Amino acid sequence: MTVIATESLSKRYPRVTALDRLSLDIGPGVTGLVGANGAGKSTLIKILLGLSPATEGSAAVLGLDVRTHGSAIRERVGYMPEHDCLPPDVSATEFVVHMARMSGLPPTAARERTADTLRHVGLYEERYRPIGGYSTGMKQRVKLAQALVHDPQLVLLDEPTNGLDPVGRDEMLGLIRRIHTDFGISVLVTSHLLGELERTCDHVVVVDGGKLLRSSSTSDFTQITTTLAVEVTDSDTHPDGTAALRKALTEAGISLHVGEEQGLPGAGHILLVEATGEETYDTVRDTVADLGIGLVRMEQRRHHIAEVFRDNDQPSPTVQQKGAGSDGA
Amino acid sequence: MAPDTSTQIHNIGYRSYDGPRLGRAYARKSLFSQSLRGAYGLGRSAKSKVLPMLLFAVMCVPALIIVAVAIAVPGSTDLPIKYTTYALTTQVIIGLFLASQAPQSVSRDLRFKTVPLYFSRPIERVDYVVAKYAAMASALFILTATPLVIMWIGSLLAKFDFAHQTKGFGQGLVSVLLLSLLFAGLGLVMAALTPRRGFGVAAIIAVLLIPFGAVTAVQGIAYSTGNTGAIEWMGLFSPITLIDGVQTAFLGATSAFPGGEGPSAGVGVVYLLVALGLIVGSYAALMARYRKAGL
Repeated sequence: MTVIATESLSKRYPRVTALDRLSLDIGPGVTGLVGANGAGKSTLIKILLGLSPATEGSAAVLGLDVRTHGSAIRERVGYMPEHDCLPPDVSATEFVVHMARMSGLPPTAARERTADTLRHVGLYEERYRPIGGYSTGMKQRVKLAQALVHDPQLVLLDEPTNGLDPVGRDEMLGLIRRIHTDFGISVLVTSHLLGELERTCDHVVVVDGGKLLRSSSTSDFTQITTTLAVEVTDSDTHPDGTAALRKALTEAGISLHVGEEQGLPGAGHILLVEATGEETYDTVRDTVADLGIGLVRMEQRRHHIAEVFRDNDQPSPTVQQKGAGSDGA
Repeated sequence: MAPDTSTQIHNIGYRSYDGPRLGRAYARKSLFSQSLRGAYGLGRSAKSKVLPMLLFAVMCVPALIIVAVAIAVPGSTDLPIKYTTYALTTQVIIGLFLASQAPQSVSRDLRFKTVPLYFSRPIERVDYVVAKYAAMASALFILTATPLVIMWIGSLLAKFDFAHQTKGFGQGLVSVLLLSLLFAGLGLVMAALTPRRGFGVAAIIAVLLIPFGAVTAVQGIAYSTGNTGAIEWMGLFSPITLIDGVQTAFLGATSAFPGGEGPSAGVGVVYLLVALGLIVGSYAALMARYRKAGL
């Protein structure tokens, strides 16, 4: 079953081409839509909701043509905008009940579904307080709740992790995952961070300048992105800690990328390590401990969309990384 | 919080919704009733009930006094003022009500960008505009028609001539219906032009009062210089004098223009056309305003 299908979909404004012959075929599950700002993500969502006519091409959501069945689509689809959209002077409950009724739910059902949905997104006692006093994380949950309250078959989430701290971001991503696994609702989620989507999504679509750059299941991306950045200090025995670690890790059979990055002032360079699994983390930790140098940081690299572009356009560090990865494996 | 939450949610489980989805017409009706109730502060905080309820009470008190006087004074055969005069004399209260409630009805949705949430649902632009317009006009109609109902019931208690009173009452209702539609349209357009509530309030008061002041002043000058022919035309340029002109020409009202120089039936047609044109124009302006306010 296809949830979203577009066929050479184009949207041209007088001076800008927002979408350029975009053809997509998105199935059930969690799909990430990745693109830089202005890549055409929001334009695509507008067209999918039947609110903005396409210049040419066609699009269907849940098997319904967006041109002719906009109202029927909007009844079965939930939408969470990127920007703030909550009035501060009402409580989350009042607001979501109202939005449920706007989706066509009878009054009693609207109240029941609101209570259920707010609990599912993790809002409890605070849902009776005015929204004005909520934290950004709580507001994002209310926005998500209003998109889910009418039990849609598909939700379109526009940058749901915007403005959240790392913990809030992880919670939101977990919640998005559950929308599909527990609620059985398909999800289209946009972001400009590929790294966070690959952990959440089954499938990732990358658009740039309104064109389809890449569409593939997340496993294809994973091999590029599990790169660890490791930064160590120098010590008396190892005046160049980075070089010593590079040597030791190579001996331990771990593949390293050719390039190095400049680390924090006072510390060394950053080594880029290819992680093949959980054990790579242990090996790095043990190696650093054996050398007796300080570990400043070891982090998973969040790949920005720019690196995917480089990947396609020209030979670059990312390509080298990929090459190094497959050589090592 | 995370581990607790997830286990709890897992235990409760997600229930899907198989019940009815009532679609556009229902959503439009819900938005209408929510907006109408909101205009009187119902379903809103206690603080926001104060002003509309106070204005409603102030609007009704003179009617109660009129009725009391009519019943108490022996030998009276009619109410001291006409049904059609009531809204004209209380126009400041009506203006304050509109200025305080129209912005809360539409500016809020624009300011907090809630409008896209409506348009990502089954309802469309026309549903939103119609629901908001109808709600504001109904709120004004309740405000202006309730005193007339009080006066009519009072006149019956005082055993005044039933046919005469009911005719006057009916003429009054038609007049305040037209007034409600006209004022609601102007108020909502002003409020929808700015997402800032304060500007909306000021703009509505300005639109209602400044032209009225100017028209009355010019009419006064025309009257004192003996230029009475100009008076009946001047009234076209302010909302309340427009209503005055229409009801003087067609609804048996006594004009509040200087010297009672209300428009004749011929000029009255122009008044009616201008009033209807403004109502249609307000609706069209609102539709145009929300074309850009989508996602």
